[in-house]
Amino acid sequence: MPGITREEVAHLARLARLELKAEELDHFAGQLDDIIGAVARVSEVADQDVPPTSHPLPLTNVMRPDEVRPSLTPQQALACAPAQEQQRFKVPQILGEE
Amino acid sequence: MTVTELVSYEDALAAYDPVMGLEVHVELGTKTKMFCGCSTALGAEPNTQTCPTCLGLPGSLPVVNATGVESAIKIGLALNCEIAEWCRFARKNYFYPDMPKNFQTSQYDEPIAYNGYLDVDVDGEVFRVEIERAHMEEDTGKSTHVGGATGRIHGAQHSLLDYNRAGIPLIEIVTKPIVGAGEKAPEVAKAYVTELRELIKSLGVSEARMEMGQMRCDVNLSLRPQGADKFGTRSETKNVNSLRSVERAVRFEIQRHAAVLGDGGTIIQETRHFHEEDGSTTSGRVKEEAEDYRYFPEPDLVPVAPSRAWVEELRGGLPELPRVRRNRLREEWGLSRHEMQSVLNAGAIDLITATIDEGAPADQARKWWMGELARRANEDGVELAALPITPAQVARVCALVKEGSLNDKLARQTIEGVLAGEGGPDEVVTKRGLKVVSDEGALGTAVDEAIAANAAIADKIRGGKVAAAGALVGAVMKATRGQADAARVRELILEKLGVEG
Repeated sequence: MPGITREEVAHLARLARLELKAEELDHFAGQLDDIIGAVARVSEVADQDVPPTSHPLPLTNVMRPDEVRPSLTPQQALACAPAQEQQRFKVPQILGEE
Repeated sequence: MTVTELVSYEDALAAYDPVMGLEVHVELGTKTKMFCGCSTALGAEPNTQTCPTCLGLPGSLPVVNATGVESAIKIGLALNCEIAEWCRFARKNYFYPDMPKNFQTSQYDEPIAYNGYLDVDVDGEVFRVEIERAHMEEDTGKSTHVGGATGRIHGAQHSLLDYNRAGIPLIEIVTKPIVGAGEKAPEVAKAYVTELRELIKSLGVSEARMEMGQMRCDVNLSLRPQGADKFGTRSETKNVNSLRSVERAVRFEIQRHAAVLGDGGTIIQETRHFHEEDGSTTSGRVKEEAEDYRYFPEPDLVPVAPSRAWVEELRGGLPELPRVRRNRLREEWGLSRHEMQSVLNAGAIDLITATIDEGAPADQARKWWMGELARRANEDGVELAALPITPAQVARVCALVKEGSLNDKLARQTIEGVLAGEGGPDEVVTKRGLKVVSDEGALGTAVDEAIAANAAIADKIRGGKVAAAGALVGAVMKATRGQADAARVRELILEKLGVEG
């Protein structure tokens, strides 16, 4: 059974760019452990003859022809942006790079 | 940042054996994005080619571009790969504003094509580069960093995102570790990317123009002590975007690694940035491990399972591959490998072929494209193909030379006129009055004048010094502003002076 450590939660939080307090790390470690434990029970009931699946429908090759369809207007595209400039999405300083 | 004193290339190679891995991203030339119907046309205003799917808005669903899959299979086949019977897309999770979805749709452990190879020519020898895989994914948006020095991310106050490029189909082609290249590693890397670019162009799946970012290369490099089996730690130099840069980046990293290792240091696995100005690389971010991307099968897309019939149909439709074609043309044109390499490097193969198709002899077609026109392209800093002259026009110039209407000098002036936008060859000849003077009367008069004006030389010729005739030919050519047929002028001079040629 998995045991999610505090360090693993801190690592995931960093990857997800979430700032967690010390007590939150403990709190989520316990919760995540429960969730993963619950999901892991699936592999107890799934026998060798049950293949792993990523999609509920037995479909393959759903494709569309390479034909242009109308896009949103830039106003529509930017409608929900918290900030914009020069018809572009404005995002805060990107940290941790270079 | 510590500056490492580089080790000389020769010393580095004496102590270490380089191992490379090249990752090339090719932007496909499809009309629409990989998972939505937004246009991929270049040069559009920011954020005019987006939709809920490529913006990652809730409730939107991706659908795969059939032409994108077809192109991926063609590339895989041309690289002698096996084509997956069944494969899936995967989410590569990362938080970075260039992808509004917070993941990039890619392929992980089930690439559409795998286990292939590409043969490349290096110094007249064949070097086989093994291909690990070619997989489908999507491009990211374009960031503009504001507030920092020279638009770089470092020191920027904020960044602006244009998502027109987000979702454009990419094929990532990954080599297996390239071993055994030794001191030729930089050349092998360059030759591989060159050959791959030719291959992609010949398939018609992308224009693969590196200067436009349609083809980008990441260079992985590690060194191991000579004689060792185990690979060293690698660095990954990102976005090396010209053929010359690929060669320089490999060379620089070999020297840098050797310096670090020689000092008893260790190479950190990290991404590095390449600098065009001086060919150096600098440290980027410490590379995230694959598990940090938390790949998982994309639940919004169903598997791609190309039927064997489709794959075979695509295999049957592959064009003659560039290397095979080049060898055939080389024999037809009677060139050495070295000469053919120059033609390839100049980007002249298709132009010469087209000029020959328009009726020009091979040697003439090559002469103009590799001579006068290559010089002009070089001077103007443009690709040969971008010069404002067509193969048909070059062929017409060749024809005019062949029928005797133009001599070499006039042909050059005609080409100059065409390049200057004065019209086609015939128009330029008429407008500039470039026809060879074939009027025997006018020519005779010019010859008489030249003899009269150069009596001393004429005497020498009469006395048997036939070689001196050149000076008189020159005088006549000058008088006719280069528009006479030099051979005919020489004949007339000797005739008039009563000397046998």
